[in-house]
Amino acid sequence: MKKNNIILYAAILIFGVLAPFMLPAFKVQLSILCILIVLALTWNIQGGEMGYNSFGNILFYGLGMYICASVQVGMFFPLAEWTESGGEKTFVHSPTQFFQGMAFGLLAAAIIPTIVAGLIGYAILGLRGHYFAICTLGLGVAAGEISGGIEIIGAGQGFTTPPFPEIGSLESRGQFFYFLSFLVLVLTFVAVKSVYSTRFKLVLNAIRDNEDKAEAMGIQTMKYKIIGWMISAFFCGLAGGIMGGLVGYIDSTDVAFDGREMGVFMVLMAILGGKGTLWGPVIGATLFHLFKEGFWTYFLGWQYVALGVLIVVIVIYFPEGLMGWLREKYPERFGEVVDEADRKAQVELK
Amino acid sequence: MKIRNMLITLVSAIALLISSSTISFAKVVGDKIILGSAISLTGKYSSNGVHTQNGYNMAVDRINSMGGVKVGGKTYKFEIIYYDDESNPKRAAQLAERLISQDGVEYMLGPYSSGLTKAIAPVTEKYGVPMVEANGASRSLFTKGYKYLFAVLAPANLYLDVAIDLAVEKNGGKPVSVAMAFEQDAFSQDVRLGVLEAIERTGSKKVIDDKLPKELNDMAATLAKVKAVKPDVLVVSGHTKGALTAIRQIAEMKVDVPMLAMTHCDAAKLSKQHGKNSQYALCASQWHKTLTYKDDFFKDGMTYDADFKKLFNYAPPYQAAESSAALLVFKDAFERANSFDKVKVRDALAATDMQTFYGNIKFAAGGQNVDKPMVLFQVMCDGDKCENKVVAPTKWASAELIHPIPSWSKR
Amino acid sequence: MLPSNRGHFYIKSFKFYLESFKNLMDLLIFQVPILMVQASLDGILLGILFALIAYGMALQWGVMNIINIAQGDLVILGGYITYFMYLSGIHPALGVIVAPAIMYFVGVGLYKLVINKVVDRDLFISILATFGISILFMQLMNFAFGADVVLANSEFGTTMLFNNSVTLPNSKLFSALISIIFAIGLVIYMKKSKLGRAIRATAQNARAAKILGVDTEKVYAATFGINAALCGVAGALVAITFTIHPYMGLPYTIRSFMIVIIAGLGNLPGVAVSGMGLGVFEEFADYILGTEFRIGSVFLLLVLILVYRRFKLSKKREYLK
Repeated sequence: MKKNNIILYAAILIFGVLAPFMLPAFKVQLSILCILIVLALTWNIQGGEMGYNSFGNILFYGLGMYICASVQVGMFFPLAEWTESGGEKTFVHSPTQFFQGMAFGLLAAAIIPTIVAGLIGYAILGLRGHYFAICTLGLGVAAGEISGGIEIIGAGQGFTTPPFPEIGSLESRGQFFYFLSFLVLVLTFVAVKSVYSTRFKLVLNAIRDNEDKAEAMGIQTMKYKIIGWMISAFFCGLAGGIMGGLVGYIDSTDVAFDGREMGVFMVLMAILGGKGTLWGPVIGATLFHLFKEGFWTYFLGWQYVALGVLIVVIVIYFPEGLMGWLREKYPERFGEVVDEADRKAQVELK
Repeated sequence: MKIRNMLITLVSAIALLISSSTISFAKVVGDKIILGSAISLTGKYSSNGVHTQNGYNMAVDRINSMGGVKVGGKTYKFEIIYYDDESNPKRAAQLAERLISQDGVEYMLGPYSSGLTKAIAPVTEKYGVPMVEANGASRSLFTKGYKYLFAVLAPANLYLDVAIDLAVEKNGGKPVSVAMAFEQDAFSQDVRLGVLEAIERTGSKKVIDDKLPKELNDMAATLAKVKAVKPDVLVVSGHTKGALTAIRQIAEMKVDVPMLAMTHCDAAKLSKQHGKNSQYALCASQWHKTLTYKDDFFKDGMTYDADFKKLFNYAPPYQAAESSAALLVFKDAFERANSFDKVKVRDALAATDMQTFYGNIKFAAGGQNVDKPMVLFQVMCDGDKCENKVVAPTKWASAELIHPIPSWSKR
Repeated sequence: MLPSNRGHFYIKSFKFYLESFKNLMDLLIFQVPILMVQASLDGILLGILFALIAYGMALQWGVMNIINIAQGDLVILGGYITYFMYLSGIHPALGVIVAPAIMYFVGVGLYKLVINKVVDRDLFISILATFGISILFMQLMNFAFGADVVLANSEFGTTMLFNNSVTLPNSKLFSALISIIFAIGLVIYMKKSKLGRAIRATAQNARAAKILGVDTEKVYAATFGINAALCGVAGALVAITFTIHPYMGLPYTIRSFMIVIIAGLGNLPGVAVSGMGLGVFEEFADYILGTEFRIGSVFLLLVLILVYRRFKLSKKREYLK
């Protein structure tokens, strides 16, 4: 089993590294896919493992986006003048400045949302169930609306991120962002996987199954909840920072705190693939992205109808997602032992 | 095995990925020149996205039916590939990449709105793909040194500063007090900048400066402030929704201002939806059918207006007119370059100096059109029938500006 | 980074905000205190309309344990029905009767098609399923009704108070009145009619109700239909008072479940109070904080209220259910 796993991971890594060369026209699509997978993976920590459906992880994503771009610009040029009048004055980053700025920007984009999560976690994570969901939704929307009024980061006119310097070939920008997002994806996956193999995951599951009992058993649930959120915030911030550079133009409610799309999609992807599993969000994000792009090509004008139908079908008939459905059908392959008599005795409750 | 499942998924994923890409359209296929466009077919800009698309399509049909584009001795027809950017900048940038790298498009037509154009411009610039855009007016687009961006429309800051100048003129040259309400998006905020500059230039005063959130449906608070403060000019810009809401609530709240200046009046079909209530509103427009510009394809504004109405059953707002002009510009550039090479086409575009039914087109180094002024028209009603009449600049005026607006109690 | 520039910028903007704030407070309190009256009235009228939509949301949440993300889209659909009536020459105010009638059947149809499979499940499933329905609806409406922003003119005129300094469009007064009528009507219906009692019984204990002979399927369908009808009424009022467009539904959805959450589930009078309270808060936030922070501050308020409740309950070692 272990050996086969290594082959699988190696295959994926090789594919990942070679992808921009094998499929050069899809670099941006693949970068976006990597980011989507990161968002789905991190959402799963709250939604799947812990049972806390968060609609507010987009807060960290958006924060990361703005912070990365602000640091990247602010390190070398006056930020206020960069964003003034929607970006009329142009400053040009030299290649060193661009990459240095990006590095520090991403660092800040990862760390600051984590700190924010730590600070507000105690208050927000004290809510349960749908109150938590709506509170985080409120956070996401509030962040989007309020940032739309702050002049120094562009307000309504948006924030144009520094253009990629003119080095290398035409493909360089795409390659750079692809490898960056792939790297972050690998890091996220490794981090999440290692977290899942520790007691931490079991605590999260215990919180999901019955938080009161977990507390009664002596587990400091709040501590674990906050740490879980901080982990999500870290990688969501990174994802946001990269996306900001990739898109090139940050709009407060449409790109950064994009609750309407990204915020809901990260939930959908995790559920589509199967929340509560490691690979579920990955598969879910991949399938979702494929379907979405397919619909946009072949069902232009109707793409949302197709997507809406898909969502309804998945949610009603495959609420456990693809992985969950597979697990139900072939439990042995997931390491579960099923009693034959048990299986025969299963009665369908109507 | 779990692994097998994974691998199957992986393989089918790749297969789907590859198959979901369209056939690579080269720049020219057979006798068709392929142009790419990300348009807002859904989302908050869908109403103007449709106007833009209609303008593009009408021009393509007209040019194709009138002899097409002659390059290197052969005749070609235009064809446009459309994708829906959903009024979302991230999506627009993604689609621009897709059009250029996956679909192999080499010439682009712009999207609707400054925000979306701002998202797409870096992409087309990077790939050296000439883009003629007709609906992104933000001045910040033209200060970046983009070589491959060409805008047929006048920049946003020129929309309403003329109104301030007019107000000052009617005030005997004395400065005026201005109240402003602008939606929080790239275009409207740019119009605001132009107005702010006009205020500074004329020594006028800004008494209210409200930034309306995009989802806001209700301007009552802003208008209550306006009533309290009694400014000389009220400026409102918020795309179609803003125009409709403003007129409705100004009428309902009986807000009396000597001058009301707005944008997007014709796109919102103000005279049709509000009738008499929209009377006296001053509207900024890139084009009006009574202007006397001419060209060989659409003849003049009145003919364009009539033809468009026949095709689409509504009067063309300027968004449609400027979109049609973009195709005329491309045709002219292709023929002058006599080649499909992107750089040659780009150079030909930069040297454009032509007149279209929409206006004169000549590009400055930054990509903006320096030869086409904005016009201001005022909604004037005769009984229940309302029409838009050009009142400024004087060269094109077909009626005199009615100022100050009579108060509601007298209407 | 040039520190002198940055510091100077911050001082400049702080001074600007302080100045604006002082001007505003001066305006509100001394020059035109009547603005506070205007703001309050605007807020209340706005809030009552939102409260109606929230009422429908609370109804189906309480009875069927469903959060309907497509609520706003149902409102817009009701608005379009009214708009088409207006185009054919019928006075749009009659929309408050026609729209709910049509929307009731839309609701029941939607229930039989999709919602009934989601009722017994996790609340969260309903959020996602209705999200799918919402995006589907939006695009269908875009396709069916076109992408124009439209409205219906009621020609109701305006009420002026306090020597013309406070203006209340009669369409807004009409909205509030109709909302109140429907809300009270619904409360009475719930108390007195057989179906109403069946609905309440099902809400209290679905299984017991079933055992006692209540046809829960019919109850659920009727509840969803009633919710759709309420949205229809709200939509008609929105078409008369504001503007409609296929993609303008989401704010109504979000606002309505915000109100329900603040009121607390099961607290129907609370829905009305929260609705009006939020409306007034929003209007005042517009004046004091600036229009650009108006919507953001409402959501921030939501977060703060929930957090405050959480801390209050945690002192008793409880949590929000």
